[in-house]
Amino acid sequence: MTAIIDYDAGNVRSVLNAMKSLGEEAVLTSDPEEILGADHVIIPGEGAFGMAMEKIRQRRLEEVILEVAASGTPFLGICIGQQLLFDASEESPGVKGLGILHGTCRKIKEGEGRKIPEIGWNDLSYPNPGRLFRGIPEHSFVYFVHSYYACPDDLSIVTAANEYGGTLTASVEKDNVFACQFHPEKSAEVGRKILSNFLEVSKC
Amino acid sequence: MLTKRIIPCLDVKNGRVVKGINFVNLRDAGDPVEAGEAYSREGADELVFLDITATSDARATVADMVRRVAQRVFIPFTVGGGIRTVEDMKAILREGADKVSVNSAALLNPQLIADGAETFGSQCIVLAVDAKRRSCHRDGTPITGENGDVWTKDDGWTVYRSGGRIDTGLDALEWVRKAVGLGAGEILLTSMDADGTKAGYDLALTRAVADEVPVPVIASGGAGTKEHFYEALTEGHADAALAASLFHYRELTIREVKEYLKDSGIPVRL
Repeated sequence: MTAIIDYDAGNVRSVLNAMKSLGEEAVLTSDPEEILGADHVIIPGEGAFGMAMEKIRQRRLEEVILEVAASGTPFLGICIGQQLLFDASEESPGVKGLGILHGTCRKIKEGEGRKIPEIGWNDLSYPNPGRLFRGIPEHSFVYFVHSYYACPDDLSIVTAANEYGGTLTASVEKDNVFACQFHPEKSAEVGRKILSNFLEVSKC
Repeated sequence: MLTKRIIPCLDVKNGRVVKGINFVNLRDAGDPVEAGEAYSREGADELVFLDITATSDARATVADMVRRVAQRVFIPFTVGGGIRTVEDMKAILREGADKVSVNSAALLNPQLIADGAETFGSQCIVLAVDAKRRSCHRDGTPITGENGDVWTKDDGWTVYRSGGRIDTGLDALEWVRKAVGLGAGEILLTSMDADGTKAGYDLALTRAVADEVPVPVIASGGAGTKEHFYEALTEGHADAALAASLFHYRELTIREVKEYLKDSGIPVRL
């Protein structure tokens, strides 16, 4: 069973739909027991860093998330859910992130004709091998909507990158913790393969 | 590399797909879920559903349609038509739509854009604009069309609302600038002059708007050939191009358009 953490974030229904369409039993929940008892846990999201952290803290989900990450249960952050795993973000100065991974989130560089947010399909390169991308050729396209991106201190955790005003972190993996800046649940067949790869990871 | 997007637009009424040619003469073309799945398979980058029922009692029908589409279509989709309040936006977004588009309601109450962006993020808020070439010069004198007194781009475009029936008098460039300032994250720009003609997008309008605002612009209205898409994405500076009947009646397929664009050096997802 997959628990999708419900903290009143935008468009979580799509993640639930995608998991169900893969034949996975999935629930949208903020119940600590249900989250801690799940085989896989996803923190989805959309929106601003500070607001998302505030909602997580209001619902007393921070400890639960830290416990899941430490427990070895495969854990996937999506979009703002990737950024939240880090220490902080330029988007919301002074707001502490979850700090499960180290580094900060920065704004995409402005430049001639470059629109922010990056909205649309961009292709991936693979700086390091990642289990989420097994069977997916490099330069496959996935769907992004974001203005900020994670800059990990340890670049060896970056398993996918996209080019947009520089090389941005598209996906990270460290032990049981995975994350994608893009939306696998909106990335057609490639995204479905990524999610099914995630479901194949078992607790370590 | 970020690719240019090709987007089919599905007009829906009472939960069924129809196509309005120049906003009238509707024809039934099927189930939105089936249509969405088919377009996704064919390589559509996104979908736009425009609800033309647009009466308040239709909200539940739209929410139901969004729920059904989101269960089976795994590419982004936008829903517009008759969205008047933040609650309307929420009802659609929570069922699985990625974005909502606002048009008339935002013209009547621009604060709706700001409230929507504040609540859901700018990336969710698409401003749909129906623009038409002005019939008067900036000084108010009518453009006669005679003796060289014809429309030029200095005369500009006016924004219409309520399905293109009401002239708001607003200048299109001023309106998009204001709306983006309020938080609109994307502009879905329809040329009323070009819509339904199949003679090509209004490139001057598309380019003027795309150069005016720092958010993505979706060109709409007038596509008839593959070359028209190329022009909108190059000369028109658009980030995406939308078409409806052209795709619905299989005059061109999305794949054909994208293959042509790719061969012409435009980055697309294939």
